[in-house]
Amino acid sequence: MKQFDYVRPATVAEAVAAAAQPGAVYLAAGTNLLDLMKGNISRPDRLVDVTHLGGLDQIETLADGSLRIGALVSNADLAHDANFAKSYPAVAEALLSGASAQLRNAATVGGNLLQRTRCAYFYDTASRCNKREAGSGCDARDGENRGHAVLGWSESCIATHPSDFCVPLVALDAIVEIEGRNGRREIALDDLHRLPGNTPERESALEPGDLIVAVRLPPAARGFATHARYLKVRERTSYAFAVVSAAAALRIENGKIAEARLALGSVAAKPWRARAAEDVLKGVAPTADAFQEAAWRALSEAKPSGDNAFKIELARRIVVRALTLAAAGTPARIPALPASPFASTSGALHA
Amino acid sequence: MPELNLSSTPAHLRHGSNIGQPLTRRDGILKVKGQATYAADNHPPGMLFAVMAVSSIAHGRVISLDVAAAKRHPGVVDVMTPDHKPQLAIDPEIKTNPFVFRMEVLQSNEVRYANQPIAVVIAETLEAATEGAVLLAPRYETLPPLVGLDAGESYVPPVVGVGNPTENHLGDVEAGLAAAEKQIDATYETPPQYHNAMEPHAIVAAWNGDSLQIDMPTQGLMLSLARVAELFGIAHDKIHIRSPFLGGGFGSKGLMAGPPVLGIMAAKLVGKPVKLVLRREQMYGPVGHRAPTRQRLRIGADGEGRLTALDHHARTVSSAFDDFYEPAADASHTLYAAPAIRTSHDAVRVHTGTPLFMRAPGEATGSIALESAIDEMAWACGMDPLAFRLKNYAEVEPMTGKPFSSKALRACYEQGAARFGWSKRSLQPQQMRDDAGLLVGWGMGTATFPALMFQAEARAVLRRDGSGAMEIGAHDMGQGAWTALAQIAADELGLDIDRVEFKAGTSDLPDAGIAGGSAHTATAGAAIHSAGAAVIAKLADLATNDERSPLFGAGNAGVVARDGRLIRRDDESRSESYVDILARAGVAEVEARGTGAPNPAATEEYAMHAHGAVFAEVKVDPELGQIRVSRMVGAFAAGRIVNPHLVKSQLFGGMIWGMSFALHEEAITDRRSGRIMNANLGEYHIPVNADVPPLDVITVEEHDPHVNALGIKGVGEIGITGSAGAVANAVWHATGVRVRRFPIRIEDLLTQL
Repeated sequence: MKQFDYVRPATVAEAVAAAAQPGAVYLAAGTNLLDLMKGNISRPDRLVDVTHLGGLDQIETLADGSLRIGALVSNADLAHDANFAKSYPAVAEALLSGASAQLRNAATVGGNLLQRTRCAYFYDTASRCNKREAGSGCDARDGENRGHAVLGWSESCIATHPSDFCVPLVALDAIVEIEGRNGRREIALDDLHRLPGNTPERESALEPGDLIVAVRLPPAARGFATHARYLKVRERTSYAFAVVSAAAALRIENGKIAEARLALGSVAAKPWRARAAEDVLKGVAPTADAFQEAAWRALSEAKPSGDNAFKIELARRIVVRALTLAAAGTPARIPALPASPFASTSGALHA
Repeated sequence: MPELNLSSTPAHLRHGSNIGQPLTRRDGILKVKGQATYAADNHPPGMLFAVMAVSSIAHGRVISLDVAAAKRHPGVVDVMTPDHKPQLAIDPEIKTNPFVFRMEVLQSNEVRYANQPIAVVIAETLEAATEGAVLLAPRYETLPPLVGLDAGESYVPPVVGVGNPTENHLGDVEAGLAAAEKQIDATYETPPQYHNAMEPHAIVAAWNGDSLQIDMPTQGLMLSLARVAELFGIAHDKIHIRSPFLGGGFGSKGLMAGPPVLGIMAAKLVGKPVKLVLRREQMYGPVGHRAPTRQRLRIGADGEGRLTALDHHARTVSSAFDDFYEPAADASHTLYAAPAIRTSHDAVRVHTGTPLFMRAPGEATGSIALESAIDEMAWACGMDPLAFRLKNYAEVEPMTGKPFSSKALRACYEQGAARFGWSKRSLQPQQMRDDAGLLVGWGMGTATFPALMFQAEARAVLRRDGSGAMEIGAHDMGQGAWTALAQIAADELGLDIDRVEFKAGTSDLPDAGIAGGSAHTATAGAAIHSAGAAVIAKLADLATNDERSPLFGAGNAGVVARDGRLIRRDDESRSESYVDILARAGVAEVEARGTGAPNPAATEEYAMHAHGAVFAEVKVDPELGQIRVSRMVGAFAAGRIVNPHLVKSQLFGGMIWGMSFALHEEAITDRRSGRIMNANLGEYHIPVNADVPPLDVITVEEHDPHVNALGIKGVGEIGITGSAGAVANAVWHATGVRVRRFPIRIEDLLTQL
């Protein structure tokens, strides 16, 4: 593989300085980056290893009731933190439905946010890909694209963001804390990932050197704990990205939905917050009709980017199901098959 | 003393003390501890690393490689290209025998499929070689590739599989269809699949003058050795191959492919040992795969549900430069008693690597189509699928009219159905739901696989210290040869398994043939049986011809070998230990060789097949279309079971593979470039543990006096057949939707539910 420099900064400030230079990338667990490097898709000149930076592996409750998750907390540690799973069950369920146990043990919160698309044409360096090489073209557009985007795509790029974790996070208004060359700032997770437009190579709002140091869930996010689910349809039960997924969270008061949160995964270049659907649910009873209406609203702007029209119909049905499951109440334990339509199947032993 | 071959009347042998025992695999501890040495674990001193550069186009030619850039990279030692390589002794395009397939070993600039090797970079480290391969930055003249089952003009290949006729006829199919009261005409498609053994193809090659040491996983030590010998023009005895363990083969490591030859060439070029290991994506091209098929089945039945005709046509593909044809339609020769059967094949050429044997080649692809069609026919006749199969049970092999050497399929149906609870199945689809509201469906399929035998030889030794040895160049691909063959050896030598030194897995041992066709235990076992019988006969001669022995006068067939002693058959109180016999005779050891081979008279007279019945339950989410298998029961009759524990594991593996065939596996080819877009284990979906339901395997007792002396039929591949169709049929029963393109996908059900 290409030779590269490897640096291990002692402080966040040193890390930011080291990573701000052209050709530098951050290395956390490397569950995505190392594969990209081995496949010659990413050819960085310098890896800035942040895994030894202090203070980024804490889960802490702040005075205002927010939860702050350090960027280096592993996916597994976060999902298995009992208080976390109790307060944000859909997030824990999403985490446990992602990748494999081995990958979850390694993968970090910050890294998960910045994982790259799984578009096969992005990974295939013999194919044209505007995301990998700006302006080269998009071979996915007329290629094998049954898994590609149905929302927010452009002629330049029809790739999807593959994260499970981000889907409930964006539904719960998560905030990303960033350390950059000009100090610390924070943005909504919903603003972190960009839709492709004409510049699919620019995937996020991050600037050179920017380091995600934490993800924060605001106080209101806890309010959905009793009615929150993540649902993921996939082609095998583990170690598979979603065909389509959805996070649904409801705050139910006096038999009515006081507030609804809904986001879809694997349908667009970013975790897709469905605010129009949330709006129609506000103040209504949690009925099948209401959920159908929400599903139509959520997908009203969807259009196939190839052989993937089925994803639109599938997404509608997943929205209805996720809302139905959320309305029924968060189960006391995360199902043995997290986020699976087969969660209730007896004999399932695997998490 | 003449060699005695007692294999037809093994009077002095007592079976059962080791054969039939569910021993755990003897190599298990080594593997669990990481101490089993696979090919790529070898690091001879001075070894260099070779990495293949492979073509990114599927058709055309390489017009430039930046060799200078690669060589400038620190650590790169040399770059092997068509212009800079050791000469081979023969043109690799020449097919010297029917088991030679064309390979790409840099003989030209031509590119005939994506992922074809186009250069090899040799370096001091794997990393340097890998980067060197990138720096070659090949440029191509690209020609349009042929892709898919409709790529071009179809043709009728001369043979399919290994020398099978392309077409077979029994009776008048058209008349049978015309006379039928019920007919179906259905077309099924199966995708290209890749073996994806856990262990990638690997070689460590070291030349010492004109002798060659090779570490390489192979299912055919002597076939590989012979191919290397002819390619490099060296004598067989100058080559030594070690292949003690394979991390899976499934047919892709049976015949010598291009990449290991490149490893040997690279070692020759640089004059040092070289290791070459394929990257996962490089396994999608030069090392074989299962070809896609499109199969049309036309079936007729009379008013009673009796078949009147069965017409099975299969379209498949071969590469643009060589010939292998998935014999899918041949699956219809043996199972159902139609008075008129026609099977036929045609093919188109595509720009892929040549398709090859992949676990149950032809049987697996043909089975899912045939078992689906039989299920459709049963439904058309308003009959239970099992009742329909029993109604059309073949008492003799339909296509040939030969009697079966043994066939316990009826017992498989009965025992499998009873264990599964099949009698409670509703005839109509879409009738069952579980407590959670998921659709539940039950399906079944019949399993079959031919009981084959190849040629093998073994050498048996009995030593003065009371121990024995059995030597045979057999192959353990994970199926358990180290254990099962040692069990046979122990019984044949009349010793406890711990007293037998069992040697296998290297090319200096007697030729065990190929570990393929589900025939390895039968073939190697027959050779072991024969060698063991011969060495015991020699020992018995020493005793029974010596008046000082208590066995004097018994004759060498008048004794039984057991627990390290020869025992007089007609008087068990008279016996003598091997130790005493050899000590008195003053010899250190006796040795004998034996062979295993098919019996031509028996194969002429009988149809020989293993059989089984697989029952599957699936659950389908009625809104989301997601499918999961919730339980499977397989009942199999495969002659004598040497090790029930390992056999069960083999059958589990086959059933999981069948489930994978129905629901998961598919190589996705870009229709424009001919490149495979999911050439990795993340996106080429094989089942994970959580997909695998509780599996139940019943081995039905079966005695077969004809297949071979030990009565073994083999279980390596049969588990796939029947299982794939059972799952597909269960999906129909759950949903009422008949999907005829595999794997069955969410969108196939979504809009129809």
